[in-house]
Amino acid sequence: MRRAALAALLSHWRARPLQLAMLVVGLALATALWSGVQAINAEARASYAEAAATLGQDRLARLVPADAAHIDEADFVALRRAGWRVAPVLEGRMRLGGERVTVMGIDPLTAPPQAGLAALTEGDGLAGFTTPPGRGFAAPETAAELAAADLEIAPARGIAPGIVIVDIGIAQTLLDAPGRLSHLQVHPDQPAARADLAAVAPHLEQRPPDDAGELARLTDSFHLNLTAFGFLSFAVGLFIVHSAVGLAFEQRRPVFRTLRALGLPGRSLMVLLVAELAALALLAGALGVALGYGVAAVLMPGVAATLGGLYGAEVAGSVVLRPEWWLSGLAIALGGTLAAAARDLWRTARLPVLAAARPRAWALISERRLALQLGAAVVLALVAVVLARVGGGLIAGFTMLGALLLAAALALPVLLYAVLRAAQALARGPVAQWFWADTRQQLPGLSLALMALLLALAANIGVGTMVSSFRLTFTGWLDQRLAAELYVTARSDAEAEAIRDWLAPRTEAVLPIWYVEGELAGRPGRVYSVADHGTYRDHWPLIDAGDAPWERVAAGEGVLVNEQLARAAGLWSGDGRLDLPGGPELPVVGVYSDYGNPQPQAMLGLDSFTRHYPDAPQRQHGVRAPPGAVPDLAAGLRDRFDLPAPNVTDQAEAKRISLAVFERTFTVTRALNVLTLGVAGVALLASLVTLSGMRLAQLAPVWAAGLGRARLARLELWRALALAGFTALAALPVGLVLAWVLLAVINVEAFGWRLPMHVFPADWVRLGALALVTGALAAAAPALRLARIAPAQLVKVFAHER
Amino acid sequence: MLLEIDRVEKSYATGDGMLPVLRGVSLGLEAGRSLALTGESGSGKSTLLHLAAGLDAPDAGAIRVHGRDIAGLGDTARAALRRDTIGLVFQQFNLIPSLDAGANLAFQARLAGRHDAALVRDLAGRLGLADFLRRYPEQLSGGQQQRVAIGRALAARPALVLADEPTGNLDEATGDAVLDLMLALVAEQGAGLLLVTHSPRLAARCDARAVLRAGRVA
Ligand SMILES: Nc1ncnc2c1ncn2[C@@H]1O[C@H](COP(=O)(O)OP(=O)(O)O)[C@@H](O)[C@H]1O
Ligand SMILES: [Mg+2]
Repeated sequence: MRRAALAALLSHWRARPLQLAMLVVGLALATALWSGVQAINAEARASYAEAAATLGQDRLARLVPADAAHIDEADFVALRRAGWRVAPVLEGRMRLGGERVTVMGIDPLTAPPQAGLAALTEGDGLAGFTTPPGRGFAAPETAAELAAADLEIAPARGIAPGIVIVDIGIAQTLLDAPGRLSHLQVHPDQPAARADLAAVAPHLEQRPPDDAGELARLTDSFHLNLTAFGFLSFAVGLFIVHSAVGLAFEQRRPVFRTLRALGLPGRSLMVLLVAELAALALLAGALGVALGYGVAAVLMPGVAATLGGLYGAEVAGSVVLRPEWWLSGLAIALGGTLAAAARDLWRTARLPVLAAARPRAWALISERRLALQLGAAVVLALVAVVLARVGGGLIAGFTMLGALLLAAALALPVLLYAVLRAAQALARGPVAQWFWADTRQQLPGLSLALMALLLALAANIGVGTMVSSFRLTFTGWLDQRLAAELYVTARSDAEAEAIRDWLAPRTEAVLPIWYVEGELAGRPGRVYSVADHGTYRDHWPLIDAGDAPWERVAAGEGVLVNEQLARAAGLWSGDGRLDLPGGPELPVVGVYSDYGNPQPQAMLGLDSFTRHYPDAPQRQHGVRAPPGAVPDLAAGLRDRFDLPAPNVTDQAEAKRISLAVFERTFTVTRALNVLTLGVAGVALLASLVTLSGMRLAQLAPVWAAGLGRARLARLELWRALALAGFTALAALPVGLVLAWVLLAVINVEAFGWRLPMHVFPADWVRLGALALVTGALAAAAPALRLARIAPAQLVKVFAHER
Repeated sequence: MLLEIDRVEKSYATGDGMLPVLRGVSLGLEAGRSLALTGESGSGKSTLLHLAAGLDAPDAGAIRVHGRDIAGLGDTARAALRRDTIGLVFQQFNLIPSLDAGANLAFQARLAGRHDAALVRDLAGRLGLADFLRRYPEQLSGGQQQRVAIGRALAARPALVLADEPTGNLDEATGDAVLDLMLALVAEQGAGLLLVTHSPRLAARCDARAVLRAGRVA
């Protein structure tokens, strides 16, 4: 019985391969985008964990300066003498062979075994490592990128990308930090008899092992962003599944009844149906995971570039297929399918055996249901508004976004219903009136797909507006920020002094850009020097300022902080006070925007800076000169001091580099956007294809009354265009609100800066056209089929054998 | 002659080869007259009616409406013929589900550019539909639906009315009433009526009768 029943159920799909294909494709796409995003996140997190584990940092406690930026070698010597088993580490960012890397200097003799040096130094051993010119170790891909570096770098396993490990002495030379250390690693087993830390080095404090890593925290918001996108695509995909499954159940209802009437127990029918769905879900899920792997592999380099550009996080640019990933992909496909089919399963379980099998009530959507839907939309919109007023944090931001999008999706059919009704009332001819009435009749069958289209379009407008606003603000800001015509970085303080002397008579001004690294409001950041010069006063945009901020900074009476720091620590001009690392506490006199920088930053007047940080390297300078003189000046500098090319950058070059980083930053978001739109297109196609079978009954009377097939097919195309067009119009305000939320709420939470919103109507026109193309493509196949359908097929509608 | 069917042949392709349905059928119908076409189920009555309506094309033979052969017409010309000259009533599913009864009644007449509001009002009244014009087809009973379908076919004042078991889905009393109305209205408008039915009782009420058997008119 069961076997016969299964055969009867499955024969449905044999007769409708297209419907089956739509179901599988929809589910596979949904799974693909979701698991692709998960793969990217997992890969990036693995990289963070690896970085956090470098040299055993995740397992070893460390001694760090309590407030100064670095430790002296003398501290290390004193602690060793006092019985402490510690190992020195010097860490810093620098450009090596044209690539920015993190150099980590270690002492192989004192390093604890947990640092895992044994693996690095096998083979040739330590010989080349410690003796000048030295030898570095890096991950194979990093080592390959650094082939052009002066230093010999050997590939080694167990090092995160972007990190080069060298001997501490070599690190001090490379980073030009003689006698300095960043921190000391503490051996897990310490001799009982050792002096108190407070007695030997009172300015140091001990920190527990850092297992998560600063990067994982910093980049959380970015990954949440990706996850949200993946989830959106998944939800859109489930719309397809929901409508395809719903239709299959609807069409098979007479079969269900017959089977029940023939004696198949209701339980058995449910088991068979669930088994059928599970088999479909596993098939589509497997396809989806494989596809998701492809998506991840294509997107990963872009994600790696984004993370590098935004957070300085080094992430491997490739994806590894992990088993847990297959499992979770299949699980989500299965769960999603069952969730999408829950309503139909429930209805089937309660299906009375005897009720007459009626043809589907094609009803005009009940206006009561529409009113309910509108009510739900209003409630959700209110939730979003309340969250915007009182909510805080990234989670509230995303919840608000979700509520907003869902509200818009629910309201769409109501809006379309009203618009189509009005169009019908305004239409004159019989064909036009029928066209609008019939379009309205299609709404129940198409509304899920149209909602998906709305979400995809709104996401496109929202994200597009954010990226373009960002771009416009960023380029404008760069123009102001990169006020100096030329930037010069010397290799040593002595060379810097010579360069300053050489430049002084030849230029209008030489502005020192010196900095120290240190903790600002509990996070690693930088304190910069700022000269008392009109360049800054005239060009630097301050988003918040007290009286005469530049004068007060020059006089050493206050500091300027970047927006990230101001927002994170609540430091604004007026009452904010900043505790400078190893320096005094000063009032905040202004806040400047600092896009693209993940770290807190402060600016101190040049005089105070040199007084508080006499040891800070003094190597980087901005040069003011007539633009025409810049090329000669740059060439002269390179010749006179034999400076490598990257050390002399003109304004245009600096802008180009910054913009390139920016562009890479948003390629991933754009790619996800396009993919989501693609999924929505497939959803529309799926709905139109599945509906086209039932369309005949609605079209045949019109055809019989004297409208040719070709004309009907053209009208089908117009119908899809009209619906896509109205949906695109509705998506515009939704997208703009979305953009506002992204710019004013999510961005502030995620990156620490707020951007002014700009609108780009040309982009809307382009996207509107894209929506129409999507609609036309989705409607093309069903319309073509209608144009070519045999009249006998249409006539069958009126015959009793239907 | 309003409708002339001349040695028409039609076969359908089926799983096991061609199935000949009509093997040289000839019929004639004058304006203002009614002809009942009977025959067993599957004898090809509907097929013949579809050909006469220009819904489908015959394999051989000629079908002339007002003396013009419609067998070779293209899709658009055939649609125009249905719109301007023919009123069709089927057994069921005649109505456009997205339009209400009023709009359905006037649809073909407006399509043909012959809309006459007074006529539609009059038809609606006589068909007993005046109270139901704002209802949608699925809100009407089968008998009401068939009355709307007849009204729609006649509102366009077609020269030729083709009806395929128009009362097949109705109970006997309702069916008789609907048919009476149709015969009366056709007679008033001077149109020709080809009525397909398998009921000899209904066939008896037409001016003439023809029986289809083994693909020919017996
Ligand atoms: N579109 C079609 N394709 C194949 N066979 C058809 C088609 N339409 C009708 N037939 C066959 O042609 C024969 C005549 O059908 P029909 O004209 O509907 O008969 P009637 O209306 O007299 O019952 C039947 O055997 C039927 O199965
Ligand atoms: Mg028939």
